[in-house]
Amino acid sequence: MTAVTAESGFTAPVLRGSTDFAGTAQMLRLYLRRDRIVLPLWVLAFGLLPTFYVASTESVYSTQAELDNYARSITDSPALVAMYGPVFGTDIGSIGLWKAGPFYALIAIAVILTVIRHTRVEEETGRAELVGATSIGRYAGLTAALTMTAVGCVLVGVLAALTLLSSGLPLAGSLAYGAALGGSGLVWASVAAITAQVSTGARIARGIAFAALGTAFALRAVGDAGNGVLSWFSPLGWCVNMRPYADERWWVLVPLLTLAVLSTAAAYVLLGRRDTGSGLLAERPGPPRAAAGLSGATGLAWRLHRGSLLAWSVGFLLYGLLMGGAIDSVGDILGDSQQVKDVLARMGGTEQLQNSFITFAVSFLAIAAAAYSISAVLRLHEEETTQRAEATLACAVGRARYATSHLLFALLGPVVLLTIAGLCIGGVYGAMDGGFAEKVGDGLGAALVQVPAVWVITGIAMAVHGLAPRFAPTAWGVLSAMLIVFFLGALEGLPQWLIDVVPFVHPPKLPGAPWQWSPILWLLAVAAVLVGLGVAGFRRRDLR
Amino acid sequence: MADSATAPVIEITDLRKTFGHVAALDGLNLSVEEGEIHGFLGPNGAGKSTTIRVLLGILRATGGRARLFGRDPWTDAVALHRELAYVPGDVTLWPSLSGGETIDLLARMRGGIDAGRRAELIERFDLDPRKKARTYSKGNRQKVALVSAFASNVGLLLLDEPTSGLDPLMEQVFRECTREARERGATVLLSSHILSEVEALCDRVTIIRSGRTVESGSLSDMRHLSRTSITAELLGDPGDLTRIDGVDDIVRDGSTLRCQVDGEHLGELIRILGDTGVRSLTSAPPTLEELFLRHYHVDGVDVAAEKVRA
Repeated sequence: MTAVTAESGFTAPVLRGSTDFAGTAQMLRLYLRRDRIVLPLWVLAFGLLPTFYVASTESVYSTQAELDNYARSITDSPALVAMYGPVFGTDIGSIGLWKAGPFYALIAIAVILTVIRHTRVEEETGRAELVGATSIGRYAGLTAALTMTAVGCVLVGVLAALTLLSSGLPLAGSLAYGAALGGSGLVWASVAAITAQVSTGARIARGIAFAALGTAFALRAVGDAGNGVLSWFSPLGWCVNMRPYADERWWVLVPLLTLAVLSTAAAYVLLGRRDTGSGLLAERPGPPRAAAGLSGATGLAWRLHRGSLLAWSVGFLLYGLLMGGAIDSVGDILGDSQQVKDVLARMGGTEQLQNSFITFAVSFLAIAAAAYSISAVLRLHEEETTQRAEATLACAVGRARYATSHLLFALLGPVVLLTIAGLCIGGVYGAMDGGFAEKVGDGLGAALVQVPAVWVITGIAMAVHGLAPRFAPTAWGVLSAMLIVFFLGALEGLPQWLIDVVPFVHPPKLPGAPWQWSPILWLLAVAAVLVGLGVAGFRRRDLR
Repeated sequence: MADSATAPVIEITDLRKTFGHVAALDGLNLSVEEGEIHGFLGPNGAGKSTTIRVLLGILRATGGRARLFGRDPWTDAVALHRELAYVPGDVTLWPSLSGGETIDLLARMRGGIDAGRRAELIERFDLDPRKKARTYSKGNRQKVALVSAFASNVGLLLLDEPTSGLDPLMEQVFRECTREARERGATVLLSSHILSEVEALCDRVTIIRSGRTVESGSLSDMRHLSRTSITAELLGDPGDLTRIDGVDDIVRDGSTLRCQVDGEHLGELIRILGDTGVRSLTSAPPTLEELFLRHYHVDGVDVAAEKVRA
């Protein structure tokens, strides 16, 4: 009915209550048109990959004895449990899907980006105002964005369940996994709907949503590696505790869907209370003159980057403290049996376990630092599409200096972030476990050894921006694809070259592993070539 | 600047710029002398902004020659930009910076600001410099860019439809400021659709269409070249007036004749009408609007283009 109202071109709707939602169908069609490539892409990826994970596990561990061993080795490794969640059963279904555990978080990234793109970005660019002036209701945009995302999530769940079922797995577990995956998508879509109302900038809205996701992930990781209590404070923990193929806990869907419904309702309440384009926080006046520091391209870049760098720093600080505190208790879940102690001694003692936990914690930090770096490079892209780059370059600022002013943050920002987190991990671990100076050094070394890998991602983003600016945001797609490969890891199903494409697997796994120069130098060389190509391309091409 | 009396500040010859298969500029010529306010006119999409962006080194010319102060705008961009200020038609600012901060930042990146003039201009444009750019209207964003440009110590102002968001009062202030800039010795290239503004400010104008220059010269010259409309009530029949060159758009309505005639043949037409006998006669010089509409119009352009090439 709403569609008819808006299609006829009249503003008078048939029912009073429906005015706020008038035109939702048209908005939905518009969003589907704009999302016709990206939406099917993530729906297919998240719908099909779980079955692929199961199949690749099956190809490596063909007998039940092998599966039992594999399950034991996972449980013995807190780092693996923290990264993927606990294993609840030893049959092929639950172990195969254990590796797909991070998908609950990966689908969250996709839905957050989708919801913000169709809500706050529309407002920030002023397009929402243009639409709002037509016979489109004030809730139509949000409703259409959420509907599209929800349909995507449901499709992911159905597709995942169907493909798992068709690969010969039991019905209940397949349904449970599909429900948990789709449910996670619904929860994070509703969280993004709230953050889209809070701030006037899409960048900040995205940042708050990702901060919430990061917190949820850290709570689940630390909880699962420890006694499991913290996991229950995280929606990602609920999803893991759905336990597909291992006595499914259907009631987990209750908190999951309740949270989704409540957050969605909150988003509508907030939207109903604010003006189009505004946030919840009132705009304060600024200084009438520029401070001495706000001068030249670098001064401007500092001003534009400092807020997000500070926020990221706080995030890395908290994550570092949390992980540092978790290391000490890493061995606790293993129990005290003599057999376990013997195994541990053969593996190199608890220190070995704790070292691998540090390596695990830091590999996530490296991916997060790469995400920061991409967002810093994409500032250049944003400045260009909004014509602000033109305003800057029309002043006495050269192309190379302009690009460098932002690259400074894309390159040095990750160093700052990883240093903060490395110091926190090592510091807290050392304070609890003794050997402070040595452990601070370990933490710092483990974090900083990832910097060259992060710079390769920086280089990819810059190269695309310099050579093919239209496609600059695909840097996010590159990082996401690498994440999927990284999580799938060294299973037989993946060719080695594909794993080698992910830069984060190359640095020596400090602490514990021996130091190697060659991967570091290779990564630095690749990063330098990519950044160089990007800057050279940017200097030569037309501005958009 | 000893030889600048001879060399134009902006000199563009046969400039070409293509985007893919689309030719945005197709042999454009433009010459702006030092110390003049030069109007730059053309219908939407004619290539005005593209030309200015080539002059700024934002776009790279596909062919032809463009010179600013005798130098290449692409290779010498940074040095040249110390000498100029640019105001786009659609000003976007950094949302989190205040207006005052933006004014200072842009001017500092050009190489300096006149503090006294800055304060005076903020007063005259009635701008609140404490507000965040995010909260400014289009007109206020334009004021920020204008204040920063006029307060900078530069020899050239590139203004691309700078007043499209200003109210009439502010439009007046803008005109005063532009004249003052010329008095300080600055050169101004003003792209505009507001013909009264062009008429009030510009010494010379260049009209472009579809990426080509169709007319360039002083306004009075262009008026002279243009046609006068004649309305006459006649006593007899003057015969077929198309025999006179330069007479066009002839409409006979009973004893009333309406037509257009170019400056050269006005005398001849008046003589013939006088011989026929006239009860009343009004002649209207072409308004600027007619002048431009003629050039903007598809049919008019060919005539004008021939004239330039000849």
